[in-house]
Amino acid sequence: MKQFFLASILAGALALPAFAADYTIIAPANPGGGWDQTARSIQSVMQQEGISGNVQVQNVPGAGGTIGLAQFASQSKGNPNALIVGGYVMVGAILTNNSPVTLNDVTPIARLTGEYEAIVVPADSPLKTFGDLVEALKKDPGAVSWGGGSAGGTDHIAVGLIAKAAGVDPTKINYIAFSGGGEALAAILGSQVTAGISGYGEFESQVKSGTLRLLAVSSAERIAGVDAPTIKESGLDVVVQNWRMVAAAPGLTDEQKTAVSTDIEKLVKSASWQETLKTKGWQDTYLAGDAFKEQLAKDISSTETVLKDIGLVK
Amino acid sequence: MNTFDFLMQGLLVAAQPMNLLYALIGVTLGTAVGVLPGIGPALTVALLLPVTYQLDPGGSLIMFAGIYYGGMYGGSTTSILLNTPGESASIVTALEGNKMARAGRGGPALATAAIGSFVAGLIATMALALIAPFVVKLALVFGPREYFALMVLAFVTVSSAFGDSTLRGLTSLFIGFALAIIGIDQLTGQTRMSFGVPDLLDGIEVTTLAVAMFAIGESLYIAAQGDLGPDKVEAVRGSVWMNRQDWARSWKAWLRGTAIGFPIGAMPAGGAEIGTFLSYATEKRLTKYPEEFGNGAIEGVAGPEAANNASAAGTLVPLLTLGLPTTATAAIMLAGFQQYGLQPGPLLFATNPQLVWGLIASLLIANFMLLVLNLPLVGLWVKLLTIPKPWLYAGILLFATLGTIGANPSVFELGMLLAFGVLGYVMRIFGYPIAPVVVGLILGPLAEQQLRRALAISQGDVTVLFTSPIAAVLLLIAAAALIIPLILRARGRGEVLAQLAASED
Repeated sequence: MKQFFLASILAGALALPAFAADYTIIAPANPGGGWDQTARSIQSVMQQEGISGNVQVQNVPGAGGTIGLAQFASQSKGNPNALIVGGYVMVGAILTNNSPVTLNDVTPIARLTGEYEAIVVPADSPLKTFGDLVEALKKDPGAVSWGGGSAGGTDHIAVGLIAKAAGVDPTKINYIAFSGGGEALAAILGSQVTAGISGYGEFESQVKSGTLRLLAVSSAERIAGVDAPTIKESGLDVVVQNWRMVAAAPGLTDEQKTAVSTDIEKLVKSASWQETLKTKGWQDTYLAGDAFKEQLAKDISSTETVLKDIGLVK
Repeated sequence: MNTFDFLMQGLLVAAQPMNLLYALIGVTLGTAVGVLPGIGPALTVALLLPVTYQLDPGGSLIMFAGIYYGGMYGGSTTSILLNTPGESASIVTALEGNKMARAGRGGPALATAAIGSFVAGLIATMALALIAPFVVKLALVFGPREYFALMVLAFVTVSSAFGDSTLRGLTSLFIGFALAIIGIDQLTGQTRMSFGVPDLLDGIEVTTLAVAMFAIGESLYIAAQGDLGPDKVEAVRGSVWMNRQDWARSWKAWLRGTAIGFPIGAMPAGGAEIGTFLSYATEKRLTKYPEEFGNGAIEGVAGPEAANNASAAGTLVPLLTLGLPTTATAAIMLAGFQQYGLQPGPLLFATNPQLVWGLIASLLIANFMLLVLNLPLVGLWVKLLTIPKPWLYAGILLFATLGTIGANPSVFELGMLLAFGVLGYVMRIFGYPIAPVVVGLILGPLAEQQLRRALAISQGDVTVLFTSPIAAVLLLIAAAALIIPLILRARGRGEVLAQLAASED
């Protein structure tokens, strides 16, 4: 409605030709966040590359994406033109919110992008290396406060995994949840918390200007252009990727599924998508078909385990 | 080059004809979406992002900044004339502004809002250019305990400033707190009081509550009175423009509103609403005409309107200097920067000075355009009030409903709108003030989260709340605001008591 309403104002104002909508993408978050940006990037690339004449993005924010997911599953059944953006955070949110609708109720198409977690401390922190931080954590888990995003989200899960791998009781971690990356970053810069954890992109410019010290990243191998060891190198077997995916509606026929998958593959292979990834600083972690299904199932079960360990899921 | 040279160069960039056009489109769109309840600048910028992909970075960011300022401007118009806040930052404006409009002083109310926004925007944008690095340092000193102390101060000042009776004001505030508990607890991720309803998981939307309480409640109240209601609203009594006394009473409020709004907007967990609350409370305390508060005091419009525009500029301080988005609109502007491969942050001033100063300069130009656009419209806007009552309120209901559906297309949201509308109606009948409910919904969760964060970081040690100098000073001011009236009253100093009684309850 609002999209239609505003879009018609804008279309009028900017004299854009109006097509019939080919795809409607639900971004289950507020404008500005990662999912919203992913949905709007898909929108502009699909239109630029002529994959689809007109793509609408609709924001249905709330509860780690589970509200948008529930609405999508119930209202788009059998609609081959409906897509939803989601990701790792949704996996956790479905579990912590006890959401009646899960990813089994939609048709996951492909994993598109990913971002690795970065662990930082303020520049004047006495902790120089990731090893120092782990030592401090082992000595007194409560004394190490971690600033990051929402409770039960990727940041929180990563801290739980680090504690577990270091032999520290995950229920003892002192995780301080902030709303949105901005507020967490301010708390880290102001030395209100011991360490910060979030997607590397959130910290990049602070790390480059030297106000934050990057201790480790959560990828399996070092990231090109990022001067930091992986958590794995420090002897803790923790790899976390905050991935984002696109899913189609439930109840599609096999031909419809193939058509959507083909369009998404065209999107990912296009030059403008690769360009978008570069400017946004997203890693291309495209994974489709059965390989994606397998990985998704693995992610869901490991997330459930760690959320139970932290005590967020009973 | 020094700051002044950079700014002049920026003005040259912003004054290019195409950039002026983008600024004009931005402020016009911004004013339009600010007027509509529910549809905010954040959404508009998000919708425009793909459209502006083809433009050059400077032009599109200039347009976004225009939308941002325009939204802050436009929100006040419906607040004043229709008692329907278009944005959560203009809720306070409705309190005195709508009373003024009903007394035939809608013109001066709109004018003081427009000129106040201009003055605040001008000063705050200059402040952004000149003292941004200093303000950022101050903002970073604010941790959870300092924010908590700030919230306590806001509660104390705000609860005494709303309504005729402190008890009724507090009752309303606690209704707001109760509503604020609904939804997912941010610190633990657990749901509270949502009774298994997925639509309640994210809590109650502030704009839904505000629009329901103000617009729907008001419409029901007027409808229920039928023909026995108060006399027809006088659209204009006296001049449409501000008279000498209006100016004299407004200019100090503009400056104070700016001084309050800018630093609070610059704080990562500040937000525009808190500045408007504090500004309203300050004006009520300092005014020479306390009897007018609650009946249409011009300071009560001038201060908060200046505060919300100043905080809009304040928000850009952490965005440009740290890459910290502190509001939804700022978050999308950040996305806009990233679209062009620019990373706002400590390096942006050094790596892209032309763009940063172009943006700051275009804010100055957008601000001026808004004044030119809005002042002549004041005469036209107040004519809205001459629309016959049934039509006017039918229109308000339509706009309120459209805005709510626009922001969140769900049947449940509409049900909540109606339910809270009825609540607002009932509270009006029994003489309970409406605004504290909305204040409670906004400030309650902030205070709770900051307190719990502070205690989590200190591992349960309560003394941290008082040991930070900033927190201690804020708490002392709050305590003084609470205790001094009581002491004075106990001493029975007649004249002081009478004066305070007028402003306290």
